[in-house]
Amino acid sequence: MKKKLIIANKKFNSRLFIGTGKFSSSRIMAEAINLSGAELVTVALKRIDIEHPDKDDILSHIDKSKILIVPNTSGARNAEEAIKAGEYIKSAGYNWLKLEIHPDPNYLLPDPVETLLAAEKLVKMGFNVLPYVNADPVICKRLEEVGCAAVMPLGSPIGSNQGLQTISMLKIIIEQSNVPVVIDAGIGKPSDAALAIEIGADAVLINTAIAAADDPILMAQAFKLAVEAAEKYNVSGADSVRLNASASSPLTNFFN
Amino acid sequence: MNDIFFLDESSIKTKLKNVCDSDIIKILKKTANFTIDDFIALISEPAEKYLEELAQKALSIKIQRFGKTIKFYCPLYVSNKCINNCLYCGFKATNFARRKTLNFAEIESEALKIKEFGFDNILIVSGEQPDEITMDYLLKTIEILIKYFSYIGIEIYPLSESEYKALSNAGVDGLTLYQETYNLEIYKEMHKYSQKQNFNYRLAAIENGAKAGIKELTLGILLGLYDWRIDSVFLAQHAKYLIKKYWRSHINISFPRIRPSVSDFQPRYPVSDKNLAQLIIALRIVFQDAGLNLSTREPAALRDNLVNLGITHLSAGSKTNPGGYNINDRTEEQFKISDERSPYEIADTLKSKNIDVVWKDWDKYLKI
Repeated sequence: MKKKLIIANKKFNSRLFIGTGKFSSSRIMAEAINLSGAELVTVALKRIDIEHPDKDDILSHIDKSKILIVPNTSGARNAEEAIKAGEYIKSAGYNWLKLEIHPDPNYLLPDPVETLLAAEKLVKMGFNVLPYVNADPVICKRLEEVGCAAVMPLGSPIGSNQGLQTISMLKIIIEQSNVPVVIDAGIGKPSDAALAIEIGADAVLINTAIAAADDPILMAQAFKLAVEAAEKYNVSGADSVRLNASASSPLTNFFN
Repeated sequence: MNDIFFLDESSIKTKLKNVCDSDIIKILKKTANFTIDDFIALISEPAEKYLEELAQKALSIKIQRFGKTIKFYCPLYVSNKCINNCLYCGFKATNFARRKTLNFAEIESEALKIKEFGFDNILIVSGEQPDEITMDYLLKTIEILIKYFSYIGIEIYPLSESEYKALSNAGVDGLTLYQETYNLEIYKEMHKYSQKQNFNYRLAAIENGAKAGIKELTLGILLGLYDWRIDSVFLAQHAKYLIKKYWRSHINISFPRIRPSVSDFQPRYPVSDKNLAQLIIALRIVFQDAGLNLSTREPAALRDNLVNLGITHLSAGSKTNPGGYNINDRTEEQFKISDERSPYEIADTLKSKNIDVVWKDWDKYLKI
């Protein structure tokens, strides 16, 4: 039976995490988060006024008593910028950080070399580091070795809603990982999120699929239900998948 | 130059002539790998019939890539003195009236007023006056503005790679440099003075910026100077080239239409609202991640409608004369503003259309 989700000694009651970009208003974002049951949301440091959270439109809409806010380093193109971001995040009193380093401004694909360099330093600075990476099993092990609290491989290019295009690599990552695996980026449909949980991912992070929907609040609930359905599936002892119908007449009862 | 423009004017004209309806229908079904040929089809005359379907496609791309948001920015004109005599511009040298270069106290005063509105993204704009707008002047200006704004762009005369590097180190994040037109003959006719006569010098400068590590590059054509269809295909080739070669820099595109100014210039190739919309849609579909800017040159009602076709950045509350925000000198404007609403009025209108205004989308950690 799959245990409760714990990352860096913190227990989460929901395997659904939410990103806060692209919403048409912070009110809609807040309601979508509430109804999704998510207990972890990421916010881009570049979008917020981290020094004045009460005045900031995004931060002031998130209920910090129920939800863990994890600032991310979105926009950073190298380790140096991500570490600088870490310093600002640290001095604002946060100790969780989602590490995003993407030198390509179009597909925003993560740079594995810079991510590993930055992760090591940010762990030493005392952060629970959640690195966004390509679905590369080796880089995930390397990030685990330098002390990351989880790994966040992508399902397909960020914002693309293409689902789990990297599924064969994700399965290897899940099999090999000693830290939680959160599938981030590319999840477009509730069925993609369910599939991620069914193959053993510990959680999923969704942003575009919810924020860009016509009704983000309803869509957030759809993802909540999908993740919960897959969790129940995982613990209910599913029958195995076969290609043929099972034979009704036993073939080996002549032994008896 | 041929590295950049693999299609010359005559091949563009031939391709434009050969576009047929089935090309557009094919593009409507496509989801990735949009080419310059697709761009040509999208800006062609036959595509005008499919504008509604194409607009729907552009909007869905915009929402997917950028969300239901619009970024706000604000220009700060530091000087309207200019040694150039660009025929269409309010700052042209033969117009001697009402010239001014802001001093540093005035820059700070303007900055404070702009900050008061809530802007976090500022664009330094200046005429070409190298004896006043020196590197020292620019560096000091940046030192002042960096106290108030996360994102600093420059729209000034072309510089060398090392000069751009110095400005980037000081805190410049974006470089805006329009080629104005890619038609060499018209370019030469419009720009008869100083270094701006040299088309290739200007073309090279944006690459100097990219090599210097400036993170956002904004290209543009001035609509009205030449046939917008042909000029925009050159612009698209330029953008494609820069995106592939300088893959770490983000590309933004502007397409300002010529507005009335003291220059009294009449556009020879006026561009209709419908064709402006067609251009925006084509750019959104082919360059899905590029920023698309729309300034206060365009009227309010049109801007409110164009945001849904793929625009990502709007200027708001702009003044195009040095000292226009707080000093209130009657200095010459570069062009007449058309959308005169305050930033808040524009934000409220956008909110009613379910679009969130993003005032801040940059931070000091991105300035290394």
